[in-house]
Amino acid sequence: MFDFVSFFPRAVMQGIPLLLGATGETLTEKSGNLNLGIPGIMYVGGICGVIGAFFYEQTGNMNGFLAVAIPVLCCLIGSLFMGLLYCFLTVNLRANQNVTGLAMTTFGVGFGNFFGGSLIKLTGSEVPSIALSATSAYFSRSLPFADKLGVFGKLFCSYGFLAYAAILIALVSSYVLKRTRVGLQLRAVGESPATADAAGIDIARYKYIATCVGSMIAGLGGLYYVMDYACGVWSNDAFGDRGWLAIALVIFTIWRPNVGILASILFGGLYILYLFIPTGTNLAVKELYKMLPYIVTILVLVLSSMRNKRDNQPPESLGVPYFREDR
Amino acid sequence: MENKTAAVQMRDITKRFGTVLANDRVWLDIYKGEILALLGENGSGKTTLMNMLSGIYFPDEGQIFINGEEAVIRSPRDAFGYGIGMIHQHFKLVDVLTAAENIVLGLKEPGRLNMDEVAKKVKAICDTYGFEVDPYQKIYNMSVSQKQTVEIVKVLYRGADILILDEPTAVLTPQETEKLFAVLRNMRDAGKAIVIITHKMHEVEELSDRVAILRHGQFVGDMLTKMTNAQEMTNMMVGRPVTLNIERPDPVDPKPRVEVKNLTVRDMEGTLKLEDVSFTINSGEILGIAGISGCGQKELLESIAGLQPVESGSICYVEDDGTREELVGKDPLSIADMGVCLSFVPEDRLGMGRVGSMDLTDTMMRRSFRMGKSFFTDRKNPRLLAEKVVKDLDVVTPGVSTPVRRLSGGNVQKVLVGREIASAPSVLLTAYAVRGLDINASYTINDLINQQKKSGVAVVKVGEDRDRLVELCDRILVLCGGKVSGIVEGRGASKPDVGMMMTRLGGKKNA
Amino acid sequence: MRKQSKAPIVHISKRSALPWYGAWAIRGAAILLALVVCAFVTTALTGEDPIGVYKTMFAGAFGTKRKAWILGQNLAILLCVSLAVTPAFKMRFWNIGGEGQVLIGGLATAACMILLGDKIPNWLLIVIMILASIAAGAIWGAIPAICKAKWNTNETLFTLMMNYVATQLVAFFVIVWEVPKGAGKIGIINQTTQAGWLPQIGSYKYLLNILVVAVLTILMYFYLSRSKQGYEIAVVGESERTARYVGINVGRVIVRTMLISGGICGLAGLLLVGGTDHTITTTIAGGRGFTAVMVAWLAKFNPLVMVFTSFLLVFLSRGASEISTIYGLNHSFGDILTGIILFFIIGSEFFISYRLSFLKHTKKEG
Repeated sequence: MFDFVSFFPRAVMQGIPLLLGATGETLTEKSGNLNLGIPGIMYVGGICGVIGAFFYEQTGNMNGFLAVAIPVLCCLIGSLFMGLLYCFLTVNLRANQNVTGLAMTTFGVGFGNFFGGSLIKLTGSEVPSIALSATSAYFSRSLPFADKLGVFGKLFCSYGFLAYAAILIALVSSYVLKRTRVGLQLRAVGESPATADAAGIDIARYKYIATCVGSMIAGLGGLYYVMDYACGVWSNDAFGDRGWLAIALVIFTIWRPNVGILASILFGGLYILYLFIPTGTNLAVKELYKMLPYIVTILVLVLSSMRNKRDNQPPESLGVPYFREDR
Repeated sequence: MENKTAAVQMRDITKRFGTVLANDRVWLDIYKGEILALLGENGSGKTTLMNMLSGIYFPDEGQIFINGEEAVIRSPRDAFGYGIGMIHQHFKLVDVLTAAENIVLGLKEPGRLNMDEVAKKVKAICDTYGFEVDPYQKIYNMSVSQKQTVEIVKVLYRGADILILDEPTAVLTPQETEKLFAVLRNMRDAGKAIVIITHKMHEVEELSDRVAILRHGQFVGDMLTKMTNAQEMTNMMVGRPVTLNIERPDPVDPKPRVEVKNLTVRDMEGTLKLEDVSFTINSGEILGIAGISGCGQKELLESIAGLQPVESGSICYVEDDGTREELVGKDPLSIADMGVCLSFVPEDRLGMGRVGSMDLTDTMMRRSFRMGKSFFTDRKNPRLLAEKVVKDLDVVTPGVSTPVRRLSGGNVQKVLVGREIASAPSVLLTAYAVRGLDINASYTINDLINQQKKSGVAVVKVGEDRDRLVELCDRILVLCGGKVSGIVEGRGASKPDVGMMMTRLGGKKNA
Repeated sequence: MRKQSKAPIVHISKRSALPWYGAWAIRGAAILLALVVCAFVTTALTGEDPIGVYKTMFAGAFGTKRKAWILGQNLAILLCVSLAVTPAFKMRFWNIGGEGQVLIGGLATAACMILLGDKIPNWLLIVIMILASIAAGAIWGAIPAICKAKWNTNETLFTLMMNYVATQLVAFFVIVWEVPKGAGKIGIINQTTQAGWLPQIGSYKYLLNILVVAVLTILMYFYLSRSKQGYEIAVVGESERTARYVGINVGRVIVRTMLISGGICGLAGLLLVGGTDHTITTTIAGGRGFTAVMVAWLAKFNPLVMVFTSFLLVFLSRGASEISTIYGLNHSFGDILTGIILFFIIGSEFFISYRLSFLKHTKKEG
């Protein structure tokens, strides 16, 4: 018997980090930067939040506002730094975006795992492991009236505030991209920087802002994963390949964050489907079910390239550095 | 001239690109209520100079005064601030956005972005000057002239009163050109300062009030248009007296070499590119193909070269002894295998995008590298060939292992034409062979092509400059919208007639 | 008052040419600078002086005979994967699926060893293993290539996704073949009979792998720079349109090159599973598919230079892992150092292709 009521909330919780990652990457790609460093940035975002929370919990007395604000702030600063690094290398120094992104992922994943594994030793504290359950409790607190609403409450009101923030961010991003002046200029920068430049748009500034804001949003995805989904327990490599899935999701949603809300839940569902499909004692088949999100991504990729519709293509100068005097 | 006020004064403007001096202490004045034609050969620094007004480049030295005040134009945004708007040769439009979105791009208007308001304003501008633009149409669905209109509306929307147009007529039909000129005259009468960069003498004479001439990056002089003539202007551009005549030897023993019958071609999206095209290419003759750009010239050449899938019709290669070979349905490799030696100097001749990192030897190999059975390439013969081409055609290069990217356009073209000729072709297809070359380099290339013709090669020459084709070719095939609107003899052909046929007006419906 | 500050101060222009020694001097300086920064980072975390840090790293990489051999083995495998991805990159096909292609090659090897071990003569088994691993890798590489050739499907994401499909496939078979049941791993395959183990040269466990990759490096160098197929790859990488004009079938070159690329990755899988590990896990490729991208790019796609760039990266990771062990730190420390060095080298490329000049401003008087 497929238990939708318990399946759906778990799919959503799986989907939120993907949604944040994909929204961040969409903004970044709209500026013409293909940031393959997103997986690394999500690790950095997560671990910075953990470090902030870790030190705050060590102080002993906790206050609800600070318990949330400190990790969020640390996470944003950490991922902002990664975004700045990426921009400095690709915008100012015009480095190859693919290589820079991969290097950032190596660095970011290493950074996350290193501090995740060595934090306790480095600070010489007495705790046995990083389990920030107190902080996590603040993050995963659901809407106060969720219990009273029965199934509806469980399906839609039982999530931590970052989940709602993620959806809000996606909606706002969509609105900004589609309806505002800033969004219009940003799209122009990603499509044809030479044109945007001739129109008086400051290319470097747009690329910097879009990439850094994108990085910070993606970083929140890492934070949500540790604090809410994983109940405040950091374990190395647990975040896994979600960063790469987030990048795939960008193509899946044809660069539309609002579509990303549903798509990320779908992906989240595919990601955990194996837990809900009765396979009896055959554990091996579960591994095949785990393939689903990737297979679906491939299919979407191939189908969308076969349709080859002009409006559904990636930003035209995605991955290409811009130099005004190139001739 | 006394009562005119200067809108722009450029003083001692110098700009270098690496070791190349693009502009050398240039002085230029632009007046309100006047159309200035900026004239010069390719590479003389016209576009560079204007790009410094529009903020694309920043001058290395010198000063710019706008309305008498010194101005620092660091970016296009600064240029807009001074009321300068430039319409570039390559349109600066974002394909996936609508006309209106392109028009407001980069503007800092207060308040929320309301596309409907923008559309209204765009309509108002169009009504004033007689343009037709659908504000909600996406750029990628537009024709070239529609795109150009969007560019002009964009500049006007910003309230520019100094307009710079870089070769605006290159892509327009004569009718569209007329319309554009009328609009420009309206704007001049409204007191705007207008600069048009061109190298077409008749347009200078027809439109401009004053001409300014650049040569090798230096300002040579300016004068009122009505006080000068084409010969004088050309002499000033080149720096010495030039004859505008081109040699045209009579064809020797022309025989049909390629027969094209009822050729119909569609592109990938299914748009009809060529419709029922029939003609013959003769040996020892130059067949010119005229037409405004995008009328199927590219598809026609590529069909013959085996690069374009053909929907129906036939292309027959005829040997000297009368044997016929069908070329349709074959790729370049199998055409070569049949012993047919086709040479093709394509439109995108650099074909090198951003890299061009291959050296001359490697470039020579592009066509011949498959020769021989060995798994490995032979680099010795291509090197010898490269050395020979460099020597015979006076290619200016440090050596044969210099990347092609470092050569100037004329030298690249010599190398490529040299390579094609070295394969001793029986059919030579060229597209825009002298586009972007200075007068000397064009002369060399045209001379090379003439020599091929004399030795019995069947030459096909696609060009956009009608006048050149009429002067050079033995016969001219005129294409219009993918159909043949006529085939005329080059000798004695009337230039205006050919021009009319290019736009179908006056051309016979079926030739 | 005149606002002079509005004009740009630093002017960036493209360099016309930099002699090769100039380029390598800049890269060398960047690496040196990066090593200094790495030393400071390490000192900050461990408290040892920077020189001591590098002594430790050296000891970690070369300290004992065994460590030197392991370094050689890691170098060989990384170099092998880098060689594999290079032809694809030269034609601008961003194959970041090396990871999956190695895995699937390893899986094919393991499958042969498990299913055919002891049933057929050992030499035949090894021949079949070689063929199977190369074929598996080649197919894995060709699938995205076919879609790219036919519909211009984005290859970066396609190859990336293929990594995970391969990972899950391996995970599936690990459970199917797990020994003992419920262990969740396969363990050493054919431990007693050693069926399908690649032969050992003398007493050197890793020598065979190193030799195979050395030969491969030289072959790849000549393939890319001297062969007709290598020339075709270069033309396609330069411009697909040009390639079409000279009659190169671009789609075929893309698919053929990816068959080679994937095939060599599959071979790396064979060397790992059949040559040294004699087992398969989902992490056997160890991120080399991604590291290889950087190795190849840093070497400007020159197979001979890639020996040095892969050495640099392997040395760092081995050295850093020694530091982590000694100071009880996490093993991911190496990734941080690698990241820092990469950032410096990536950044240094800018100074090779561009020149900075500082503009003097003519002060206007009066």
